[in-house]
Amino acid sequence: MDMNKYLDVFIEEAREHLDNMNRCLLGLERSPADREKLDEIFRSSHTLKGMAGTMGFEKVSYLTHEMENILQDIKNEKYELSEGVIDVLFKSFDVLEEIIAGIAQNGVEKDIDLTEILNELKGRIYKPDDGISQEEPKKKEKLQEFNRYEKKIADEAKRQGFRVFKILIQLNEDCVLKSARAFVVFNNLEKYGEIIKTKPQVEDIEDEKFDDSFTIFLVTDKNKKFLEKILAGISELRKVEVDDVSELEEEAFEEKVSEKPEQNQNQSDTAEPLKNITKSNINFISKLKTRKTVRVDIERLDNLMNLVSELIIIKTRLEEIENKKHDDRREIYEAIEYMERIASNLHDAVMKVRMVPIAQVFNRFPRMVRDLAKELNKEIELRIKGEETELDRTVIDEIGDPLIHLIRNAVDHGIESTQERVKLGKPKKGIIDLLAYHDGNNVVIEIRDDGRGINKDKILEKVFEKGLFKKTDNIDQESILQFLFLPGFSTASKVTGLSGRGVGLDVVKTKIESLGGNIEVKTRKMQGTQFIIRLPLTLAIIQALLIKVGSEKYAIPLSSIRETVTINSNTLKNINNHMVTLFRNEVLPIVDLKVELGIESEGSYENELTVVIVKKGDKSLGLVVDDLVGQQEIVIKTLGNLLKGIDAIAGATILGNGNVALILDTNSFFKGV
Amino acid sequence: MPKELKQFVIFKLGDEEYGVNILQVKTIERLMEITRVPKAPDFVEGVINLRGEVVPVIDLRKRFELPERTNTDNTRIIIVSIEGITVGMIVDSATEVLQISEESIDPAPSIIGSIDSDYIDGVGKIDGRLLILLNLKKVLKSEEISEIEKAREEV
Repeated sequence: MDMNKYLDVFIEEAREHLDNMNRCLLGLERSPADREKLDEIFRSSHTLKGMAGTMGFEKVSYLTHEMENILQDIKNEKYELSEGVIDVLFKSFDVLEEIIAGIAQNGVEKDIDLTEILNELKGRIYKPDDGISQEEPKKKEKLQEFNRYEKKIADEAKRQGFRVFKILIQLNEDCVLKSARAFVVFNNLEKYGEIIKTKPQVEDIEDEKFDDSFTIFLVTDKNKKFLEKILAGISELRKVEVDDVSELEEEAFEEKVSEKPEQNQNQSDTAEPLKNITKSNINFISKLKTRKTVRVDIERLDNLMNLVSELIIIKTRLEEIENKKHDDRREIYEAIEYMERIASNLHDAVMKVRMVPIAQVFNRFPRMVRDLAKELNKEIELRIKGEETELDRTVIDEIGDPLIHLIRNAVDHGIESTQERVKLGKPKKGIIDLLAYHDGNNVVIEIRDDGRGINKDKILEKVFEKGLFKKTDNIDQESILQFLFLPGFSTASKVTGLSGRGVGLDVVKTKIESLGGNIEVKTRKMQGTQFIIRLPLTLAIIQALLIKVGSEKYAIPLSSIRETVTINSNTLKNINNHMVTLFRNEVLPIVDLKVELGIESEGSYENELTVVIVKKGDKSLGLVVDDLVGQQEIVIKTLGNLLKGIDAIAGATILGNGNVALILDTNSFFKGV
Repeated sequence: MPKELKQFVIFKLGDEEYGVNILQVKTIERLMEITRVPKAPDFVEGVINLRGEVVPVIDLRKRFELPERTNTDNTRIIIVSIEGITVGMIVDSATEVLQISEESIDPAPSIIGSIDSDYIDGVGKIDGRLLILLNLKKVLKSEEISEIEKAREEV
């Protein structure tokens, strides 16, 4: 059966389960008595195991299987849910996540060594003198080497008093018929026991697809000495190593590690067929990367269906009106109005289908903050509100990294160390608030911490040091914080693993702006810092004001318009070659769109100027236009690769009459001001 | 052995005939309403609505520094697409599609007609006609992009 088509679903669901397990374990950490959470982790882990088993992802199913064992024991109160156990479980979630990320990328399980995490799972939980522990680590070791079927044989053999040996054979370099020599070895060994596994596989050994060494796992009732003697009787063997792996424990594991280089030789043989596999997977891989899925509530789809049926009904109605031939304006008007309503509902419905709750992104943060806080020895509580707020899928996919960055900043720089907080008389536990909410056509995400705030003096110091400004220059308080968003700007005095490298806020800002949003920062000394991100609800359709300049029509996104006013041209003043006017006692820079857009002007200004006041953050700017056409919903289209990145133009839209109108990028007009 | 035949869309600018590989041509459109794009490079005439897609249009005459065009009934926009860039080219007229065998295509001489030889892949000869075969990549890309980049830097 072709499993590839289920891969997307698997990855999606596996991630959901991992999220869920992470969340539950966090909850469990806070209230260890909450058995329901434990049960839920168990269920998620079990489902994941089943899914992975079906898909043939053995590592995932082994690891989940082991996790299940431990969870089961905790459930049965054989073991205590200690901090160490929780850490190990978190770690296994991470490994699972890594494996699944690898699957998402390549469609196959990454070659990750599970021994460490498996040992850790063991080591922390089972005491060495425990009856079960003796058995368990062995199985564990086996899990590395054997698949389920082989493991079963090995276990069965052990039960019957047989032993399992791992035999490493190295042939002489000048050995001519390597496969024949291997065959002799096989034959000799099979006289005394059963070969349950070889490395590389038997087929490859027969085809001489190995350098000069291979490994055999043999189940036998003979002892090590005996086997060594048998093998010594075969010529052209350079080196023979026989290990009893039925009693493999910690030391044996170490031995195994030291064997690694030799095994690598084997791997280089097996690498060849592996390459082929990856090659044949390439097509599939690229498909994988591009395809994105959204899980849709069935209710929303039903709603969509209803609207489409309504659309069909209205179509029939229009046809009827057309057939009637008589000219009933009112009827046509009604029908069109009805259709308009359906169209806008349909738009809403389709957009809703694309919407995903931001919880998908937020979910990973509690875990992240927990780990970071632990690492930095701080006490931090992350409070999340509004995770049900929905955003377009494309935005959700992109917003994760910037948020991670900001939260890390808050944990690392924002919140003070516990001692410092106590000294300052603040509560021991630092608090980070992560909020999401709707605000008009925007979704706002806020990250607030109650830490030390951003030190403006430090920023200024850096600004002077970098020579961006002279000390004599007058820099207003508001714009100081803007320096933070410059590339390569970091005030962190020491570079930690988390931050301070100066590749940060500028990237965050660029990313958010590329999503059509903006970011603001507010800070109060000793009270905390607040980052406010505004993102457009949907990317494709926006409300815009159509304006006319000369004979050309342009669209200005409503979200960037503050208001439209008329001002008297007498009030215009020229300061330093910039036009300004006094508007409500504030100096308002004025930009003439005709000049800016290179439209031929018909001479002097009229008395009354129509001005659209646009905003960028706290700043305002007046754009002189000839005429306001009206407000309209527009569909954003790109200008294509050729014209990408042209200043002042954010995109284009198609008007009702089929003509193209350009969408102005009002932010660009602020540059000269 | 069958000769390597290539198909070209033939169009006219002034008195000269040009060809573009038919594989790069999407459609040929009549002249339609073009919306000017401010701050775009000089030879970019603007953008058009091509059945719901916004497509930039360049004036080949300006591109090749030929005398300015006058729009006639024959003026066409040839929509071409290479390497993910879709662009319309305004030409005086699009006349026909011709098959030209590989061997009747000569490499571009250093000076031909009135346009820069950089834009030319070769010269096709068929029944005594000379067809200038364009290298669209060069026509649309290299310089164009560098010009846009220059414009960006200036800003």
